Amino acid sequence: MEERLLNDISYERFLNEEKLMGSKCLKCGSLFVPPRPICIKCYGTKMKWVEMKGKGKLVAFTCIAIGPPFMIKEGYDRKLPYVSGVVELEEGVKVVARIEGVDGNKPETIKIGTLVQVTFLHRGEGANSTTFLAFKPL
Amino acid sequence: MRGRRKLGRGIAMVGAGMSKFGVFRDKDSKYLFAEAFQEMLSTVDKGVDPKDIDAIYLGNFTNDFFVRQGHWGPIISDLLGFTAKPATRTEGACASSALAFREGVFAIASGFYDVVLVGGVEEMSKRSTEEVTQGLAMAASPYEAKSGFTFPGVFGAIAVAYFAKYGANREHLMNVTIKSHNNARLNPKAQFNVSIRDIMNQRIERAKKMGQPVPKWRDEKEFLSDPQANPVVAWPMHLYDCCPISDGASCVLLVAEEIARDFTDNPLYVVGIGQGSGKALHAKEDLTYFEATRYAAQEAYELAGLKPADIQIAEVHDCFSIAEIIHIEDLGFFKPGEGYKAVAEGLTRLDGAKPINTSGGLKCKGHPVGATGTGQLVEIWKQLRGEAGERQVPIKDLRFGAAQSLGGTGGTSTFVILERR
Repeated sequence: MEERLLNDISYERFLNEEKLMGSKCLKCGSLFVPPRPICIKCYGTKMKWVEMKGKGKLVAFTCIAIGPPFMIKEGYDRKLPYVSGVVELEEGVKVVARIEGVDGNKPETIKIGTLVQVTFLHRGEGANSTTFLAFKPL
Repeated sequence: MRGRRKLGRGIAMVGAGMSKFGVFRDKDSKYLFAEAFQEMLSTVDKGVDPKDIDAIYLGNFTNDFFVRQGHWGPIISDLLGFTAKPATRTEGACASSALAFREGVFAIASGFYDVVLVGGVEEMSKRSTEEVTQGLAMAASPYEAKSGFTFPGVFGAIAVAYFAKYGANREHLMNVTIKSHNNARLNPKAQFNVSIRDIMNQRIERAKKMGQPVPKWRDEKEFLSDPQANPVVAWPMHLYDCCPISDGASCVLLVAEEIARDFTDNPLYVVGIGQGSGKALHAKEDLTYFEATRYAAQEAYELAGLKPADIQIAEVHDCFSIAEIIHIEDLGFFKPGEGYKAVAEGLTRLDGAKPINTSGGLKCKGHPVGATGTGQLVEIWKQLRGEAGERQVPIKDLRFGAAQSLGGTGGTSTFVILERR
């Protein structure tokens, strides 16, 4: 794998390539997703990229009826809420992401602890293209 | 921590004022701050010559985005005729003026200045709800914003985690909302100075007058459970769990303790002051508390030599109903997981053992974000001096009051303890 700086720009590029990547401290083994350039456990200076398996469980969520303009553009509104959540990965770290494959109008049917699998949402074209990290129930 | 912290010299608060909070199409930031300043001047018992004010610290989160104008320090300094004295803007999202207060305290404690004005202002209502949502999301972490999280969304997720851990539910959030409205009903400066019952009666009267079906809510909780009356914003945060979009300004006058009696025979003393920072949502070990608030509280209690039980009244940052429940736990007033029970038992009501948000809180008083931190201190000023009118708490020997401000989704938190001697 080519050298990429341990930052959000690289993290986003990896997402675009459908890889969920973090950084691991070579000294103490602490794992960070999204990546950190500095280990905040031991302040070791050498970190390496590691890829996550993309499996985890839902630990918190919300169904959002009033979203920012970029979500409204995707068609979400008061009648069609989308779901954002916190997922704890098998590797033991948590990430925030969009949650797909669940009904934002029926929050009572969405359960904490649900096993989820990563999925990548590619939106926009060319210079405006971006990839959203998302998870869906297994 | 390396031993107890201390201030270089004592600080007193000798004046406090705020504009009315609300939605004002015809008032701009300068006008709002002028209102707050004029009221502050009127509260200094023995008067103050504005020419004696050495410096101003001004909290503002993002008028840059909301009204496309930055650099508010000198604008307000010029408004008040303070130039060429120093004006410094502080930014800590919704805790911006709480940081201004802290800088003012340090400026006097260092011995550099004797009289400092600290305050805040925000002008939000001239943008659409979607734009304000986007503007506020700038105070979240970039990962949260990209995942579609709005501010209500982050607190919605926190509420879901809190419910799962402690067995609370939406009804417990409603207790916070009903209490806030009951207090705000007695606060003429509040954006919504009506009780939930008042709102229900207004709706019923309107339906009757228009010949429409009359709603059959039996009590406040039935009203708050009605999706027509109280729609979801970000589950489980509904409209009445969320603070409004507001315009407003507030300020307080700080002076060195040794000159406080030149201004008033009834000053309040800044005995505790603390600030903390916190991680983004995904990096929190546990979603059900704010590490920044716990740290800020510890700093302030240590400086003051006080315990949570010593604090008799407090304003806390109820940007969302769930936040009030978590803050009263993080500040040590109630144990983790017990806050929602305390609210349900009425302990935090105006006539309870530990009145919380007697002003109506952010939910009802309004939340012009940059003005909120010092706005909370205006309420503690009134309560500790026995000037809160109809909403004066019935506690005898009122001595210690406190205010806690949260910036962003827990990135910044502050805690201030005031004493009346």
